[in-house]
Amino acid sequence: MSLLFHSRTLLPGAVLTLLFTAAALISLVWVPYDTTVVDIANRMKPPSWLHPFGTDQFGRDILSMIMVGARTSIAVALVAVGIGMAVGVPLGLAAAARKGGLMDEIIMRANDLVFAFPSLLIAVMITAVFGASALNAIIAIGIFNIPVFARLTRGAALSLWNREYILAARVAGKGSARISLEHILPNVANLLIVQGTIQFSLGILAEAGLSYVGLGAQPPTASWGRMLADSQTMISLAPHLALFPGLAILLTVLGLNLLGDGLRDSLDPKLRRART
Amino acid sequence: MLQYFLKRLLSLGLSLVAASVVIFLALEVVPGDPASYMLGLNAQEDTLAALRQELGLGGSLFERYATWAGGLLVGDFGTSYTYRTPVAGMIADRLWVSLPLALYALVLSTLIAFPAGIWAASRRGSHADGAVMGVTQLGIAIPNFWFAMLMVLVFAINLRWFSAGGFPGWDAGFFVALKALTLPAIALALPQASILTRVMRSSLLDTLGEDFIRTARAKGLSKGQALWRHAVRNALIPVLTILGLQFSFLLAGAIIIENVFFLPGLGRLVFQSISARDLIVVESVVMLLVFAVIVVNFTVDMAYAWVDPRLRRRR
Amino acid sequence: MRLRKFGLGLVSALALAASMGVAHAKSDIVVAMQLEPPHLDPTGAAAGAIDSVLYSNVFEGLTRFGPDGSVNPGLAESWEISEDGKTYTFKLHEGVKFHDGSDLTADDVKFSLDRARADDSQNAQKALFTGIETVEVVDPLTVKVTLKEPNGSFLFNMAWGDAVIVAPESIGDIKSKPIGTGAFKFTNWVQGDRIDLEKNADYWGEPAKLDKVTFKFISDPTAAFAAVMAEDVNAFVGFPAPENLPQFEADSRFQVLVGSTEGETILAANNKLPPLDNIKVREAIAHAVDRQAIIDGAMFGYGTPIGTHFAPHSPDYVDLTANSQYDPELAKKLLAEAGYAEGFTTTLKLPPPSYARRGGEIIAAQLRAVGIETEISNLEWAQWLEQVFKGKDFGLTIVSHTEPMDIGIYARPDYYFQYDNADFQKLFADLTAEDDPEKRSVLLKQAQEMISKDYVNTYLFQLAFPTIADAKIKGLWENQPTQATDLTAVYWED
Repeated sequence: MSLLFHSRTLLPGAVLTLLFTAAALISLVWVPYDTTVVDIANRMKPPSWLHPFGTDQFGRDILSMIMVGARTSIAVALVAVGIGMAVGVPLGLAAAARKGGLMDEIIMRANDLVFAFPSLLIAVMITAVFGASALNAIIAIGIFNIPVFARLTRGAALSLWNREYILAARVAGKGSARISLEHILPNVANLLIVQGTIQFSLGILAEAGLSYVGLGAQPPTASWGRMLADSQTMISLAPHLALFPGLAILLTVLGLNLLGDGLRDSLDPKLRRART
Repeated sequence: MLQYFLKRLLSLGLSLVAASVVIFLALEVVPGDPASYMLGLNAQEDTLAALRQELGLGGSLFERYATWAGGLLVGDFGTSYTYRTPVAGMIADRLWVSLPLALYALVLSTLIAFPAGIWAASRRGSHADGAVMGVTQLGIAIPNFWFAMLMVLVFAINLRWFSAGGFPGWDAGFFVALKALTLPAIALALPQASILTRVMRSSLLDTLGEDFIRTARAKGLSKGQALWRHAVRNALIPVLTILGLQFSFLLAGAIIIENVFFLPGLGRLVFQSISARDLIVVESVVMLLVFAVIVVNFTVDMAYAWVDPRLRRRR
Repeated sequence: MRLRKFGLGLVSALALAASMGVAHAKSDIVVAMQLEPPHLDPTGAAAGAIDSVLYSNVFEGLTRFGPDGSVNPGLAESWEISEDGKTYTFKLHEGVKFHDGSDLTADDVKFSLDRARADDSQNAQKALFTGIETVEVVDPLTVKVTLKEPNGSFLFNMAWGDAVIVAPESIGDIKSKPIGTGAFKFTNWVQGDRIDLEKNADYWGEPAKLDKVTFKFISDPTAAFAAVMAEDVNAFVGFPAPENLPQFEADSRFQVLVGSTEGETILAANNKLPPLDNIKVREAIAHAVDRQAIIDGAMFGYGTPIGTHFAPHSPDYVDLTANSQYDPELAKKLLAEAGYAEGFTTTLKLPPPSYARRGGEIIAAQLRAVGIETEISNLEWAQWLEQVFKGKDFGLTIVSHTEPMDIGIYARPDYYFQYDNADFQKLFADLTAEDDPEKRSVLLKQAQEMISKDYVNTYLFQLAFPTIADAKIKGLWENQPTQATDLTAVYWED
């Protein structure tokens, strides 16, 4: 039963994720057509053997654009999650190590504060200050990943601090920083991987939303959200322009979510115990 | 309890002050001059200076912050640079669109999620459960602005059941206005309903595994009776928390959907005001939204502490 | 709030009357446009949207633009110009009333002109008025304007939306409650959504044929398309998505008018920034750009190619597109001669309109083909004003100059593209002082040729102005000689 459940989410999730990651990686060395060359005479052609997904309003190959767009989306989301983890996890560990202390209080209040800001509006503000670019999209998404990881880490670490082996380590004279690194972090790693996958998929959606309103990567770098925005007025003329980028976002996010669920089911010790 | 309450109240106050400083400073460094935006390409330097003077863009940083924050305390949000009307009035007008839209989406998402979540939980592992879970996965993964675009194509342009967007105002009649909000509310509700269904299902499954349910079952209640009498009620706590969070998210997060359907809501107001460098509007709206979230969180914390005294010591 | 309810009550009453199949032709109209005015004072902001709603409908000037761009009498029924060309004596129409019931007098004209040229004036086109020496009231219906220098385009200047006549007693609230002399009265503004006007029963001239007008603001091109298709609006002036026009043309419910504008769309170059300060480099860029591909790709075929900074529908226009024929090989050769055989990299900063965003992607690809790499940044208008227009921090940019007869910007060395040519400045000074139409025409042609041969900018195309309307609406302006949606002659055909 549980094995069946595994294969139902883990496998398709992994396949979809791999597919888009592969598309992004391949686009680094090869794409069917150069996405920076426009060919007005061949614009808005429906899917054909030469262009499986058709061509866009400037005559560029949509399949190639989606491959390059995958690169943009994945890069932005991955780095944003990386920022969230790199800052959030140490904060969470530090807060848990001195539970109830001033440090804990400050970190948690600062977290609440960031949570209280409407994220999309802040992203709009950030790009208003620094201009629209992939880098600023990364920062805007990354900032809102910090409290997620800080909270998660703190919560998980708190329950570990009461364990006996931690007490033993304490008695042995290890400092709290060392305990956090050597004993706490490895035990919350699984949780972080699962959450990381979920945040990654949210990051892809956020990047798509930002570039849809024109605040993500700038042309000629292809991005899925901008492809959708550009195709919007042509949707009744040439639906394939809006169909394929939308599907790409949907399938990538779906893949990551399924992968995250699958990983949680197989990594989470509580669930595993519950099943056996 | 009183001590805990006061402590949280103090932290609430500090958070608001911190938020106002962050918002003010962030917008102070935004490049772009509202006066030159308003007067355009042929404006002369003396004209610009005259306008800047009138907008109150002179004065030191601290003075301007004090004027703004002091005004907020007494409910004066200042005067919009571009529209030249009180910001409070503009926000109130836009709230009449954003608030009902958020509520509408929330009601839709609850109406979908509760039955779907309970149904899936009661048939855990069945094909029905699998189907519900599959649909919710799609609902979470679909970019809502894309979904909105597709709905406009089908229901407004092709079938012409709904108008493609815009908002006639509540004066035009309740159902006319509600109809205009329907497609946007569905676009907003879909991902929320999917998340809520999953939360509902998993929190039901969690409570079903707890001791008191086992006791109830041991006492001879059927699975269905146990589910309805005990589990649903207990599962509501996490669900209500999520609902609270979703509401504040919907209020501010509708910005893209408001653009797709050209609704005159809060999100679009902020978006337009940033383009026009009407910073006083941006500051005030963002501050209001932050205030709403902080107060909602505070209320939820208090409610928890009231229900569960253990929590008072925990944070 | 009460006022709004009343206004809406009227709408629903009208709608009811219409739905009951009353035999009369429709007398109300919903006109959509892309941009909403920031406020309603045409003399206090550059926003063209203000004029698009109010010009000629609510506010009128001494002179007014006709649909073909000609300057006609407005509130002034006639005028006399002195021998030396410095004094204009305007005779005002009798019996003109503002919408608040007060009479229009020469005092109002003096007030309006003095206000526009005052030290603390917030008029976006203050330059139109700075040549005025004095404004004198001769009698209640006669006003005498004395200029510092003769100015051949003074009557033209007085027709601008920034020169409309306002009354001192209503000036305090003008930004939210505009009171003018036009054929329509302002009734209501729901910010973010619409502005309502109604017929002015006491109008001094030919009365309007419509009883009620609603301007609706729909900025998103997709929403615009959907709103017209779903017939939520009766007309859309300045339709933002040219790609949708063929669909409307194929649909018998609609009429599509594609008019001309005063918008010269140019690829502007920073004439002071190396290597763009080299005329050979600018010439190379002009030959590297394929105008037709840009018109087809960005505007879906709507737009007239131009070779200089002048409107092609003007009688003084010279077709100079031959100076910059599309020829990538020549462009490469010119780059090599200039010492950039390997090409170079520069910035391309794009404001929000789709001509710039789409045109920018195509131009970047065309420039890359001759070895010029561009770093594109998409800017909002506020950022564009700050960085490009004011800060002159750019290499290339695309923008449409929509002011009528604006070749004078090339005589301003501090203007953002920084063209500094003493010969041109002299030529333009001669032109301003000249009031003989034939000599003016000769000078204007010389000016066009000079900037074309200096390859100051790459001249792309004249912006088209698409209007989509219900097939039964008559009397809409096709062209945009100035930003206006003059509805005074519009009616529904039975």
